Amino acid sequence: MNSLRSSLPGLVAVVLFFLLWQGYCEISGISPLILPPPSRIALVFVEVTFDRTTLYHAYVTLFETLAGFALATVFGMVIGWVVAISPLMERALHPFIVASQVIPKVALVPLFVLWFGFGSTSKVIVAAVIAFFPVMVNTVLGLRSVQPGHADVFRALRATTFQRILLLQIPSALPAILAGMEMAIVLATIGAVVGEYLGSSSGLGYLAVATMNAFQTDRLFVLIILLTLMGFVLYMAMAWLRGLLISWSADEHAAR
Amino acid sequence: MTVSISCKAVGKTYPSRSGAVAALTPVDLEVKAGEFLVIIGPSGCGKTTLLRMIGGLLSPSTGQLSLTPGEDGRTTTGFVFQQANLLPWLTVEENVALPLRLKNVKRDGRRAVAEELCVRVGLGQFVKSLPRELSGGMQQRASIARALADNPSLLLMDEPFGALDALTRSRMNGELERLWLTSGATVVLVTHSISEAIILADRVVVMSARPGRIMSIAEVNFPRPRRKDIENTLEFQQIAASLRAQLDQ
Repeated sequence: MNSLRSSLPGLVAVVLFFLLWQGYCEISGISPLILPPPSRIALVFVEVTFDRTTLYHAYVTLFETLAGFALATVFGMVIGWVVAISPLMERALHPFIVASQVIPKVALVPLFVLWFGFGSTSKVIVAAVIAFFPVMVNTVLGLRSVQPGHADVFRALRATTFQRILLLQIPSALPAILAGMEMAIVLATIGAVVGEYLGSSSGLGYLAVATMNAFQTDRLFVLIILLTLMGFVLYMAMAWLRGLLISWSADEHAAR
Repeated sequence: MTVSISCKAVGKTYPSRSGAVAALTPVDLEVKAGEFLVIIGPSGCGKTTLLRMIGGLLSPSTGQLSLTPGEDGRTTTGFVFQQANLLPWLTVEENVALPLRLKNVKRDGRRAVAEELCVRVGLGQFVKSLPRELSGGMQQRASIARALADNPSLLLMDEPFGALDALTRSRMNGELERLWLTSGATVVLVTHSISEAIILADRVVVMSARPGRIMSIAEVNFPRPRRKDIENTLEFQQIAASLRAQLDQ
């Protein structure tokens, strides 16, 4: 009851927004090729969403996003771990890490397309490259956040290196790593779609460009909504996983 | 099964910009097997440094420090820190069982030990709680239980009861003496409290600050187990007065 009352203003604002949009389209007589009214988008929504072609392209984008995210997570954690435990490796990798952060990664897309072709591989790599950084940085931060007092306990108990990694370092770093993964899943979605925009023969990004070229603006809106929904579901899944794994942490939301 | 400790000219210096800073000037100290030794002194006297060197958390800059294990040849160390240092992702019971887990004791075995210890330190109802659900004093009691889990032959305690209220502190002192009497472990305990030192110790080591060094060692000969009311005896008052006089110098 309370949650309904607190979400009511938002609900009213959204309804109002769509009413204004609808009203503007009808009064101004703007071409539906430029701005289709919400009613028309709603009509084609079901048709486009359950079209086999759309489902296929959505599957491609989902695969690219998840594969890129998985690569980013694995490499981010491994390289983050190496950087965190070895000052020498940190100094050696520092220029590459800074470069990989400041370079507009979208500018690399043509290169990846050149190397890996128009298929899914190049998009997986774009998604991975964009999503890698937050995982790596948060892994380093997380491993450095091991409390000296906790480390003392393990040292006093003569724990082995393996025990220290498994029972101290990984649990200590987990809140930060999961926060990084939460950012990474969003960035991987962006990477996959941008990759598809710039050079692809499949995926929702490719479909959006093809739809735009055919001036099917109402269908383009539907694709944008579908991409938004996909990003939202992936993010919520990641946030749920995070809450599940670090329920012990009282300040899990402060770790961002 | 108890451990004796021998420190010969053991000192610790830290490098700093203005040259080396002495945290502890070289000290000689023998701790007998099964002895309850209390170290008392002001902040910065190096008592924590000495304790951490005995526990192997720091290595001495000078001198020789050796632990001689008892007849079974093993030295199991339990360390209680100033902070509880419980792992926030483990329950109280899992925290207490950590030393056993590191020795690959099976889950059921370590659970039984941990539960019994939790009851002994008054946390029987909190075995499944997370550390953050406990008060500071309760966390510290859990950390004491953890130090005892592996049945240590050497127990090192760094102001373990500093965070507890006076009543709990007095109760924990009694409980600690009882545990020590049954286990026969060697105990080195660091404290600020003169009365705690006299109630617990076989010998009290008095240290002074800047530079950190041992000033004197006093023997305390009350019979065991000690009753709370020894605090009212003349002998207790005399020892306390003499310790206070040395600490005030």
